[in-house]
Amino acid sequence: MLSPNFGSYAVAPSATAQARTKRRWQRLKMGVPAGELVFDGFTAATALITLSLVVAIVVVLAISAWPALVRFRAGFLVGTEWDPVNEQFGALPFIYGTAVSSLLALLVAAPFGIGVALCLSELAPDWLSNILGFLVELLAAIPSVVYGLWGIFVLGPFLRDAVEPALARYLGFLPLFQGPRVGVSMLSAGAILAVMVVPFISAVCRDVFAAVPDNLREAAFALGATRWEMVRLAVLPYSLSGIVGAIILGLGRALGETIAVAMVIGNRSVISASLFMPSTTLASAIANEFTEATSDIYVAALIELGLVLILVSLLINVTARLMIYKLTAQRFTR
Amino acid sequence: MAKIRLVRMSAYFGRTRALREINLDIPEFNVTAVIGPSGCGKSTLVRCINRMHETVKDARVEGDVLLDGENIYGPGVDPVQIRRRVGMVFQKPAPFPTMSIQDNVAVGLNLNGLALNRGERAEIVERSLRRAALWNEVKDDLGKPGTSLSGGQQQRLCIARALAVEPEVLLMDEPCSALDPISTAHIEELVLELKSQYTIVIVTHNMQQAARVSDFTAFLLGGVLIEFGDTKQIFTNPERQETEDYITGRFG
Ligand SMILES: Nc1ncnc2c1ncn2[C@@H]1O[C@H](COP(=O)(O)OP(=O)(O)OP(=O)(O)O)[C@@H](O)[C@H]1O
Ligand SMILES: [Mg+2]
Repeated sequence: MLSPNFGSYAVAPSATAQARTKRRWQRLKMGVPAGELVFDGFTAATALITLSLVVAIVVVLAISAWPALVRFRAGFLVGTEWDPVNEQFGALPFIYGTAVSSLLALLVAAPFGIGVALCLSELAPDWLSNILGFLVELLAAIPSVVYGLWGIFVLGPFLRDAVEPALARYLGFLPLFQGPRVGVSMLSAGAILAVMVVPFISAVCRDVFAAVPDNLREAAFALGATRWEMVRLAVLPYSLSGIVGAIILGLGRALGETIAVAMVIGNRSVISASLFMPSTTLASAIANEFTEATSDIYVAALIELGLVLILVSLLINVTARLMIYKLTAQRFTR
Repeated sequence: MAKIRLVRMSAYFGRTRALREINLDIPEFNVTAVIGPSGCGKSTLVRCINRMHETVKDARVEGDVLLDGENIYGPGVDPVQIRRRVGMVFQKPAPFPTMSIQDNVAVGLNLNGLALNRGERAEIVERSLRRAALWNEVKDDLGKPGTSLSGGQQQRLCIARALAVEPEVLLMDEPCSALDPISTAHIEELVLELKSQYTIVIVTHNMQQAARVSDFTAFLLGGVLIEFGDTKQIFTNPERQETEDYITGRFG
């Protein structure tokens, strides 16, 4: 089972943490059993080690990417030219591809994942919900290469022959749905990511819904709420911050997914408004190009892509945490 | 006249039978108290009257419950409609935590799909809060979250919430068990006031309370209705030995 632990970095010292530290000091001064001290020490050490590991990874990446960092500076982030032969490295197409494919995935996976979780926790009888829940979580256990293969042979052709023509016909006035249809595309990547992310979102949401106090459900029913009204009154408002957390967790997955995306996105470092066009992402580019990177500056540029990926994930996590904090502070006074 | 009539009604949790063939007539515009030791099935009994019992997993009801002569367990009866006619107040107050005080009171109105303008809404909110004896304490803070109130105030908020939709029957399951004597007195007064317009069934562990507020009393023991009758008679001159033992505190 997944635990709703949304990333292990960016933990600001909260008021409760400070209170805890203070209490620990008071206990220390009073003299506490040795077991307590050992336990405190152990948990503190594991937390510290985890934290330093994250810092260490960032530092090592930064050092390895140093040549690219000093040579391209901010131009790396805004440049659109990625030309290893002429040692031109601009990462914008990768950042763009990562952002768009992930957002596309969430656009589909979030409502779907929440819906699945609602169905499992509020609608289906226990036995059915256990079986379905198991099946959905099984989706998370499928290796990404297998998803990639499926994307190449099933999903890609299906999108190209069935979905894309329909989109082009009815929504073709939007630049999003114009252009040639080749089977490898941003749309494919978004779709495959959506399938991969749904089980994460639904698993976390299921836990979140299970934490809704039953007496709120009863209160809603007793007022004459239908099942859906009960969900709207009691379940969803109470779970809001948890749902946001689940979506962010899914976003984290989508951002970092590599192989499956590399297999279906087409790997072309261009920025195109059309979702039917091939694209590329930070993660898939690193995996694709690392073996061909011959010059030092090329390697450094690829590592810098990794650094950007980490920082983007970090940024998203911090934003999400702030958002959750704000939401909960506003809506649950006391 | 009997507003609610239980006819050989049994209630089950899976295999276990919590209530056995209850026959009971609950008179209109009166307060009926349900007493009995812990676990005897008081909550289950009232929850059968608004079809809340079946929301528990594997729980089911046998026999008939007639509301104004119509079987609420009959085929084609929508439990949602029944619950709108039979309001309920729980032992533990449960205001919706993300809603303000006024929204908590008005929440049932939206469910009923009434198209109300702001003025009408505000009017109903005020009237319900006044009836629940809470208006004076919250009238300046209607926008505050319902959970910012004290336990006793929250309970009265939940009563206001139940009253706002104008039910015909009000079921109260130990509404005062978490309250201080002053809040309890408030709620008892309220019950006495409300009975002119509502049929009230109140579960209580407190004999004095039952004696103070109710007109009729039902005594349950081990899922069986031992005795039902006029409150005064039950407390002064019970017919059954078990009833006497219970109200004189010899067990339970
Ligand atoms: N959810 C449940 N699942 C299974 N059995 C239950 C459930 N709720 C209650 N019961 C059983 O049904 C019987 C009646 O319970 P009920 O809650 O109606 O008692 P009560 O008279 O309200 O008790 P109390 O005064 O403690 O509230 C008890 O024996 C209890 O064990
Ligand atoms: Mg009870």
